[in-house]
Amino acid sequence: MAEQYIAIRVHQVSKAFRLPHEKTTSIKSAIVNFYKRRSFERQQVLRDISFEIKKGEFFGIVGRNGSGKSTLLKLLAGIYTPDKGAVQVNGSLTPFIELGVGFNPELTGRENVFLNGALLGFSRKEMAAMYGDIVKFAELERFMDQKLKNYSSGMQVRLAFSIAVRAQSDVLLIDEVLAVGDAAFQQKCFDYFDRLKEERRTIVFVSHDMEAVKKYCNRAVLISDGEMIRLGDPQEIAEDYRQLNDTSIDAYTAAENATKQSDLTISLRDAQGRVKARFAYDQELTVRLTWPAHKTVKHAGIALYTSGGVNVFATNTFIDKTAKVKGHSIEYHVRLPLGEGRYYVMAGTFLDTKKDIVDFIVHGPEFSMSPEPVPSGEGLVRLTHKWE
Amino acid sequence: MVLQKIVSKKNRALLRELVATDFKLRYQGSVLGYAWSLLRPLLMFLILYVVFVKFLKFGAGVPHFPVYLLLGIVVWNFFAEMTSQSLGSVVARGDLIRKVRIPRWIIVISSSLSALINFLLNLIVVAIFMVINHVDLLRTGLLLPLILVEVYIFALGMSLFLAAAFVRFRDVSYIWEVVMQGAFYLTPIIYPLSRITNVTFQRLLLLNPMAQAIQDARYAIVTHQTVTAGHVLAGHWYMYAPHLIVLVTLVGGVWYFKREARYFAENI
Repeated sequence: MAEQYIAIRVHQVSKAFRLPHEKTTSIKSAIVNFYKRRSFERQQVLRDISFEIKKGEFFGIVGRNGSGKSTLLKLLAGIYTPDKGAVQVNGSLTPFIELGVGFNPELTGRENVFLNGALLGFSRKEMAAMYGDIVKFAELERFMDQKLKNYSSGMQVRLAFSIAVRAQSDVLLIDEVLAVGDAAFQQKCFDYFDRLKEERRTIVFVSHDMEAVKKYCNRAVLISDGEMIRLGDPQEIAEDYRQLNDTSIDAYTAAENATKQSDLTISLRDAQGRVKARFAYDQELTVRLTWPAHKTVKHAGIALYTSGGVNVFATNTFIDKTAKVKGHSIEYHVRLPLGEGRYYVMAGTFLDTKKDIVDFIVHGPEFSMSPEPVPSGEGLVRLTHKWE
Repeated sequence: MVLQKIVSKKNRALLRELVATDFKLRYQGSVLGYAWSLLRPLLMFLILYVVFVKFLKFGAGVPHFPVYLLLGIVVWNFFAEMTSQSLGSVVARGDLIRKVRIPRWIIVISSSLSALINFLLNLIVVAIFMVINHVDLLRTGLLLPLILVEVYIFALGMSLFLAAAFVRFRDVSYIWEVVMQGAFYLTPIIYPLSRITNVTFQRLLLLNPMAQAIQDARYAIVTHQTVTAGHVLAGHWYMYAPHLIVLVTLVGGVWYFKREARYFAENI
């Protein structure tokens, strides 16, 4: 490809970290080891990564936690130096990979704006000219002379974001911005992305959010265990990513289901009684709780949570008075009108009151919901609906 | 080219903000605030003055000994403060290093500049003492800036080295503390060099750039009766050793810092 169309070229990049072994447990071994060279474990984080990002492209980097995608972003940003290979960037690059870097809680909002602006490469004069707009966009006019430590985390993010969007560089690196903030803030982020896309700026975007990747990215790369699995169309990448996740969730859940936590065992099944960790929209989920025969249990409770910790639904046999606990197991059947994503089960067993807990599992087995077919719309639950 | 990079608009703006932040945060929550940067050396001076001049009569025979002593303390304090602040500076700014691509040396330079500003304020106090003590203005005073540049360069070389080494070995801060404690007594700060009668010892002490610089500064603005490296080492092959040490420290410090800086983000 002709050089003038390339924004970033990553050529056969490998990166390993050295993790020192620190197992000095006694004074004696400390003395003995003092004369030895400290031993290291090399952890290969990225292996032979090569791709090119074109100018004006919205490029996604996708991968599970610990796959090496953040390391890759830091290599692009020039924060890490590759062990092998080279990263070449044409044009200026925002040196940020996170919001609010360098924010100091002891400084006022105003002082932090100027400090953060300087990190972005703006002079004091340029910042002074933009200051009014930044404050207005963050909707923090009344708080600018307060110390940052008195801000709520949402206010801090808003302030950081309104500075970050001023960045004028040719290439922007964005890491998981969407993970923070409320719905209104996320909407602001998306509006900003729309604008960037219109302006044909070059964006490198790291995210877990496949919807955003599919919507904004022209191309994406999927990283798993430090290797490039696929480079290309965001739709296909999102599909690969989903499969990658499912195989590991199933393996994880099977292991989780098998191991007993406390004396209570939770297993997830479908309507046919098969152990499952993946469900389609509106499918029936059966949660089976079992406990040893010697334990007396009079009531049970079950709750569903999103992987982010938001309660989807909870109930118990105190509320559902008709439900009776007999023997040493109980089954709970529920339909799942839920959108794509990961969820987990919380469960507990009780005696006569909710205070008399027999066993309680805060984070039980996880399951995932398929992306399709799901009624259109947004929100925690997906309800079938029609317009007339 | 390097100089061009250092004074580029972006880096100047960043340096300015970092130094300003340092100053805003330094005396946070203290009643006297900035006054402490003047009070600290003055109180230190007072203690040393009472013990060594009043009780032990160290300054007998040296004209304007209080000013002589104060100047020594102020110059030494600058070196000590700059190196110890710079030593931890890179680690303390770990959040920036790990998340932003900014030139790493800017962090050390910014902490060196806040020490430098403090030092210049302290020099004003020295000037006031000179007036009170009726010290005559000497023409050699014009050389003072040159001597101060030498001290700054020496401290900078040391700072770069220490800051980079501290990222890898946290022992450095303890070692440096002890070294500075020892060096304080091996540098003629509280005692006039003329009290040491053994010429070999005098020469050895003056090989230390800090000793040479402090003596030269005293010679330049307080009294020409100061024993300087120029007098004691004159004619020997090692007469430029202090300056050479300063140069080697700077080159070595820059080289080591540059080598290590690429891995700061992962080693912090």
